[in-house]
Amino acid sequence: MTVEVDCRGQVCPLPVIALAKAFRDLEVGETVSLLADDVAAAVDVPAWCRMKGQELVGTEPVLDGGTRFVVRRLS
Amino acid sequence: MTSGAYLDAASSEPLHPAAREALLAALDQGYADPRRLHRAGRSARLLLDNARAVVAESLDVRPDEVSFTASGTAAVHLGLLGLHRGAREGRIAHTSVEHSAVLHAAQWAGGAAELPVDRLGRVEVAPPPEGTSVLAVQAANHEVGTLQPVAALAAVADGVPLFTDACASAGRVPLPGGWSAAAASAHKWGGPAGVGVLLVRKGARWRHPFPVDERIDERAPGFENVPGALAAAAALQAVVADRDEVDARQRSLVDRVRRAVALIPDVDVVGDPVDRLPHLVTFSCLYLDGESLVTELDRLGFGVASGSACTASTLTPSHVLAAMGALTHGNVRLSLTRDTSEADVDGFLAVLPALVERLRGEVTHR
Repeated sequence: MTVEVDCRGQVCPLPVIALAKAFRDLEVGETVSLLADDVAAAVDVPAWCRMKGQELVGTEPVLDGGTRFVVRRLS
Repeated sequence: MTSGAYLDAASSEPLHPAAREALLAALDQGYADPRRLHRAGRSARLLLDNARAVVAESLDVRPDEVSFTASGTAAVHLGLLGLHRGAREGRIAHTSVEHSAVLHAAQWAGGAAELPVDRLGRVEVAPPPEGTSVLAVQAANHEVGTLQPVAALAAVADGVPLFTDACASAGRVPLPGGWSAAAASAHKWGGPAGVGVLLVRKGARWRHPFPVDERIDERAPGFENVPGALAAAAALQAVVADRDEVDARQRSLVDRVRRAVALIPDVDVVGDPVDRLPHLVTFSCLYLDGESLVTELDRLGFGVASGSACTASTLTPSHVLAAMGALTHGNVRLSLTRDTSEADVDGFLAVLPALVERLRGEVTHR
């Protein structure tokens, strides 16, 4: 299962807060798809994954703006 | 209860008493044009030569390698672009964590190759990219304190000259070896603002990148700031004389901050824990914006800096933190002055955990 969270238009640290909130309801192995267009997200989402020991599966540009970050719960 | 402290020496160190004394004396004696042959001119010239000699001795360079500029940024521009012009061809290369003065100068000169850094903010020791005119490597990073391997890079540079921005480190740690030109800034060691130091090694292929001026020192355009140069020299001499004692005290205080801050949940302490500037520590707190932290700490009496851009939507986050892959939001940079006491640091550490918890409560419950 993948949960989608759209944080486009929000500035840091709001996208990372939303990511952490979405993670609360996630089972191990499930993923969150976070959409963000704040410039800091490109650094802060990978940094969050490193600090919390979770997996950044990938990133890709979104057609109508911003970036999609797919993050998997490892623990 | 009154508590709090100014903990932003890396932005600007309070004026050293030795600098104040020299400045006041030189304002009265060093007003004249040091190029003139009359008594007042000779007096100004004597003070300027004295300032140059003192700076040279403090930085362990030759007096004729020292030029006084109007700022650290001006010294960076002259040093980097002068080597670039002296090289005649090629492109500037610089680490991804240089000060913005280097980045802007490189952009002005037609762009540059950027060298990545590791998680500690340190560039790899490797020969510069093919076709490099000048390699710009700072002595130490101004945001996270990590020392760079300047001498080791020079050893494998294969004839490419190095420019070293030593603004964050000058006076605090000895200059590294291997550079052809370097820059420093007096207000960061307790001298007055408005005085930069450009160092150009004897024999370096340096050509003036801007219009020259007919002053005493052809590298530095404009009327000499004799009182400022003398005050800068006096402060530098005093700081270097006290360096070992201050270094040991600041290192142990910063170690204490690093340990205590790491105990707060979800805090990223960045930069090299050992091979670093003595007085500086940077950390980032998950889920917080830097501006709130700085504002609330100021309300509690503590003056700190932040590399975060949150809420200031026109700014991008610190390129240094981004290049290191460090968290860019919730960032705080603490830098100790020569007078910062154990009580100041303990006072800061006493208020920080509760502040972080309170601010996190505010952002996550709305």
